[in-house]
Amino acid sequence: MVLIVLLVGALYSAPNLYGEDPAVQVSGLRGAEVDEVILDKIISTLDEQQIVYKKTELAAGRLLIRLQNEDQQLRAKEAIAEQLDDKFVVALNLAPATPAWLEAFGASPLKLGLDLRGGVHFLMEVDMKEAMNKSFTQMVQDFRTDLREEKIRYRTIKRDIAKEAIVVQVRKAEDLDAARRFLSNRYPDLQVFEDSNTDEPDLLVKMTEERIKETRQYAVEQNITIIRNRVNELGVAEPLVQRQGLDRIVVQLPGVQDTARAKEILGATATLEFKMVYENADISAAMRGRVPPKAKLYEDEDGRPVLLEKRVRLTGDHIIDAQSAFDEYGMPQVTINLDTKGGNKMQAMTKDNVGKPMAVVFIEYKPTEQKDENGVSKLKKVEQVIQVATIQSRLGRRFSITGIDTPQEAQNLALMLRAGALIAPIQIVEERTVGPSLGQENIDAGFNAVMLGFALVLIFMLFYYKKFGMVANVALAANLVLIIGVMSMIPGATLTLPGIAGIVLTVGMAVDANVLIFERIREEIRAGRSPQQAIHHGYDSAFSTIADANITTFIAAVILFAVGTGPVKGFAITLAIGIATSMFTAIVGTRAIVNGIWGGKKIDKLSI
Amino acid sequence: MQILNLDKTINFMNIRRFTGAISILLIIASLASFAIKGLNWGLDFTGGSLIEVSFDQSADLKKIRGVLAEEGFADATVQNFGSSRDVLIRLAPRKRNSDESNGEKITAAMIGDSIMAALVEMDSSATKRRIEFVGPSVGDELREQGGLAMLTALICILIYVALRFEYRFALGSVSALGHDVIITLGLFSVLGLEFDLTVLAAVLAVIGYSLNDTIVVSDRIRENFRKIRDGSPEEIINESLTQTLNRTMVTSITTILVLIALLVMGGELIKGFATALLFGVVIGTYSSIYVASSIALSLGISKEDLMPTVVEKEGEDQDQLMP
Repeated sequence: MVLIVLLVGALYSAPNLYGEDPAVQVSGLRGAEVDEVILDKIISTLDEQQIVYKKTELAAGRLLIRLQNEDQQLRAKEAIAEQLDDKFVVALNLAPATPAWLEAFGASPLKLGLDLRGGVHFLMEVDMKEAMNKSFTQMVQDFRTDLREEKIRYRTIKRDIAKEAIVVQVRKAEDLDAARRFLSNRYPDLQVFEDSNTDEPDLLVKMTEERIKETRQYAVEQNITIIRNRVNELGVAEPLVQRQGLDRIVVQLPGVQDTARAKEILGATATLEFKMVYENADISAAMRGRVPPKAKLYEDEDGRPVLLEKRVRLTGDHIIDAQSAFDEYGMPQVTINLDTKGGNKMQAMTKDNVGKPMAVVFIEYKPTEQKDENGVSKLKKVEQVIQVATIQSRLGRRFSITGIDTPQEAQNLALMLRAGALIAPIQIVEERTVGPSLGQENIDAGFNAVMLGFALVLIFMLFYYKKFGMVANVALAANLVLIIGVMSMIPGATLTLPGIAGIVLTVGMAVDANVLIFERIREEIRAGRSPQQAIHHGYDSAFSTIADANITTFIAAVILFAVGTGPVKGFAITLAIGIATSMFTAIVGTRAIVNGIWGGKKIDKLSI
Repeated sequence: MQILNLDKTINFMNIRRFTGAISILLIIASLASFAIKGLNWGLDFTGGSLIEVSFDQSADLKKIRGVLAEEGFADATVQNFGSSRDVLIRLAPRKRNSDESNGEKITAAMIGDSIMAALVEMDSSATKRRIEFVGPSVGDELREQGGLAMLTALICILIYVALRFEYRFALGSVSALGHDVIITLGLFSVLGLEFDLTVLAAVLAVIGYSLNDTIVVSDRIRENFRKIRDGSPEEIINESLTQTLNRTMVTSITTILVLIALLVMGGELIKGFATALLFGVVIGTYSSIYVASSIALSLGISKEDLMPTVVEKEGEDQDQLMP
């Protein structure tokens, strides 16, 4: 049993011995996929440039090219980026050089935290106040339109900040009833009641807890989607974008050093514009430079030229929501919800244009390499037609875009439509950047500390407990292997500098169990028992003590993990794993060895 | 080989009034230091910016201060970090104006980058080692969370020990933990060492370690109360402490050995962590011998409280154990 556990532990910690290959990673953006054609193109480029690659791997639309050294890696990245257009992201990466037979077991090396590999950690906060503001403004607009449509007369509809509600004032009592009945039917997620504090007939409309939660949830999720999208454009190999708590988002970009640029890209603004396709367009003339004065030449999503009217019919900030779905024929589609004003504009735009094509243009301001005199990157306006669709009928606040080829494409379109209407701005509330040199130093320092501490303990134990000390040392070494093995096995676990400190501490404390057992054995011998009995009693009577001591420490580690963030968490993980593995090696492991050496023999004296 | 060859029982409890006085004195001193000097809260808790830069040659701190003042960061503290070529720059969080727009808030996060750019302009060998920025609200939260973590840990441990042993032991061991935490923090306050998240983790690890020690001792005391038929509680406690003394020393030594390794080799970032733990382990070893047992003794622990018939039923019958 002990052997099996140790073997498994060794197997899973083995990948850590192999190191990493410098690699270049190519992935597609906005539905573009890396395929065999692109692979061939890249290979011929590399051959041309005489860059030797170890291996190429194409999986899940992602291409990984392993290279000999970092110099070649940089050259390869440049060469490949030059060959491919901006639909592909080319990123530097370090690919674990785990042999295939180990990978077959699902073994992979430890993930290193940002403090060890270098990179940026951002904590971003979603401005919930703004999200609620927008939500209220929206409600006020909707109420006005709705009541007008229902011919219910109102005096004013406005937001009351102190009451966190919308006040609907009406003139007559019968309007009050009608308005209340109508609003509570129409909006089940709102609470509608009469304001009893005033004499005038008015209604208070509040959001239900559920609705508030939803609004917040949506604001965070929307931001996460947008950040993910932008992070992809940064060309980071293994980014992490994750929700933390109620209104925060953690963004981790390993290997990124240009933090200023990262911040600019994450904070970039995007808008959408709806335009009509220019009628009777002479594309070939326009291509030659004869663009009609009221039109502008664009490229559509497939790179074909298309002439659009200059006039913007509708902007993206009127979009409330866009979802990908399937229509009644099972074809992918995107459903769009506009606000009231947007709905009116959409009606005006589509009323006379049924049967004509309409285009959606996605506009982003991206920072460029050039900087102005203040050192701030100049922004480049990037316009891209993401969809051209024919207007089937007069459209209102809610409509769908159909005729999309794949569900993937529909999802991307929905995402980009939503990106045009960020409901809540975000800001960076925490940043931690670690330079690559410091990262490497941290690894070295941590490694040296573990080794030195380990050596000191080994020597001490050997000196103090002699042969039994040897046994404890074997257990300690096994423990170290197990900790690393278990850490490598847990997918989410990353090794950080405090994590290494946790391992060092575990090394010091792991021998405690053995010390307890050995001291017991010595006591038993002093009490006059035979060596065999002493070993037996020593293990038995020390067990409950060891269990108690470790369980309480384990409690502390679990609490640390649950309550703590960042460095505290990293420390807690290794501490908890270390406690579990050290219990095993120190009790079960040493018992097996001790039995193997001394078991079944008649002995007069123990080397302890 | 043995550190101490003990044939006779050491009368630990004999001097418990004396050690008790010392403990109380240390606690008062620590609390007084909190009141007067306070803790040197690190960036994690105060918020603000921190930039670590390294140069090819010894850094000219004066020149760096000049550059920073020009950039409008006259309030920055600039000091060497680890070596004369590494420089640490700290900035207090910018005052938040009520009319601050979103754009300006982003610049607060941009401070690190702009300082870095200015330093590279001054000396092209300047390389970024790390930049940290913590918003003021995050700092407050981290502080709250840290305190919460410590309290939760203590309460959970109190409950576990009370269930597993007896409430007097639980109170004794938790007081020992509190004692260790307060005195370790007191040391940080007196020496003006920076208290950041990693140090907090270390203090929590001290709780774990000290607890480990205390439990081992309490376990032995319980065992001896049941085994030794005659003898006053004080004698039995002395006997148990003597029996476990060797183990206490050996474990402390191995832990202290690795902590020294960590302190020497672990680099600047881990120094605070190693210091806190090293000191905490020493204090924890002392407290597990004196604080926990003497409190249990003062609370009137006796044989009857720990007889196995009671303890074995602990699962279904806890109410009787509780006062």
